[in-house]
Amino acid sequence: MKLNTVIELLDTDVVTGKVNLDYEVYYAYGSDLLSDVLAFVKNNVLLLTGLVHPQVIRTAELMDIKAVVIVRGKKPSQEMVTMANQKGILLLTTNHSLFTACGILYEKGLYGEEIVHDEITL
Amino acid sequence: MKLHYKVDGGAFTSAGFAAGQVKRTLRQLGISPEIIRKISIAMYEAEMNMVLHANGGNVDVELAKDYITVVLEDQGPGIEDIDRAMEVGYSTASQKVRSMGFGAGMGLPNMKRYADELTIDTKLGVGTRVELKVFI
Ligand SMILES: Nc1ncnc2c1ncn2[C@@H]1O[C@H](COP(=O)(O)OP(=O)(O)OP(=O)(O)O)[C@@H](O)[C@H]1O
Ligand SMILES: [Mg+2]
Repeated sequence: MKLNTVIELLDTDVVTGKVNLDYEVYYAYGSDLLSDVLAFVKNNVLLLTGLVHPQVIRTAELMDIKAVVIVRGKKPSQEMVTMANQKGILLLTTNHSLFTACGILYEKGLYGEEIVHDEITL
Repeated sequence: MKLHYKVDGGAFTSAGFAAGQVKRTLRQLGISPEIIRKISIAMYEAEMNMVLHANGGNVDVELAKDYITVVLEDQGPGIEDIDRAMEVGYSTASQKVRSMGFGAGMGLPNMKRYADELTIDTKLGVGTRVELKVFI
C-alpha cells in the first residue's frame, strides 16, 4: 500500500515531510512494545504505535521502517520529530486507536507479515 | 577498518547512535542488506542494554573481509545469572523503561538470534563484555 493511501485512509496529519509518498509498504505491524518490534519485524512494514519518544525512530531506522503512524491522537515529542526529520522517516498521527487504525488498513488489503516463531520466541 | 564509539549512559535519546552509524558505514561499503540487518539489530539491543542496565560504556567495531565483530564493554553491575538473563521474558528493567516499550526480556535472545557468534563475559560489580560476530 502506498503511503499516500495510508494518509488518506487514516485521515492522518503529516508531521514530517521530505518523504516520497509513492513509497509502498508491504505489511503493517502494530505494537507499543519496541522489544517485540525488534524481535518480530522482518519485512518492509508500516509501524503503528502509541509510543512518542525518539527510540521509536531509532528502531525504525535500524529496521528499515520508512513510516510510523502514531495512534490515539498522541503528539510526538519534539526530539522524536527532529530525529524523524534527520533520518528521513515519515511520521504520521491519527486519532484512531491502534486496533481501529490497523482494522481500517487491513480492510483495504494491508496485512501483517506472518510472524516467525523459533526456539527463541516459543 | 576499525570504529570506536563511546556510549553515554544517561542519554536514553542517543542510545542506538553507534548502531545507526555502523549501519550507515556498512551500507556505504556495499554490504548486503541481510548482513546489515543482523548486525544492526544485535548491536542496537546490546547498546540499549548498556544504556539501560550498565550506565553506558565503549563500543569497538572491526570490519574485516569476511566478518564483522562488535565488542561492547561496560563497567556496570554485571549480570548475576547469565543463563537466566538469556531466557525470553527475564528482565530487571524499571517500570519507566517498560513504559517506553523496552524491558520485555527479549534483547539477549534476539542478539543470539541475529549474531552468528555471541560471547558474553560478565562479573558482578565489575562489568560486562559482549562480543557479537557476524560472518559476511
Ligand atoms: N550490559 C548489561 N549489564 C548489566 N545487566 C545486563 C546487561 N545486559 C543485560 N543485563 C541484564 O539481563 C537482563 C535481560 O536482558 P535483555 O536484553 O534480554 O532484556 P531487557 O533489556 O531487560 O529487555 P528488552 O531487551 O526486551 O528491552 C536485563 O534485564 C538485565 O538485568
Ligand atoms: Mg535489552
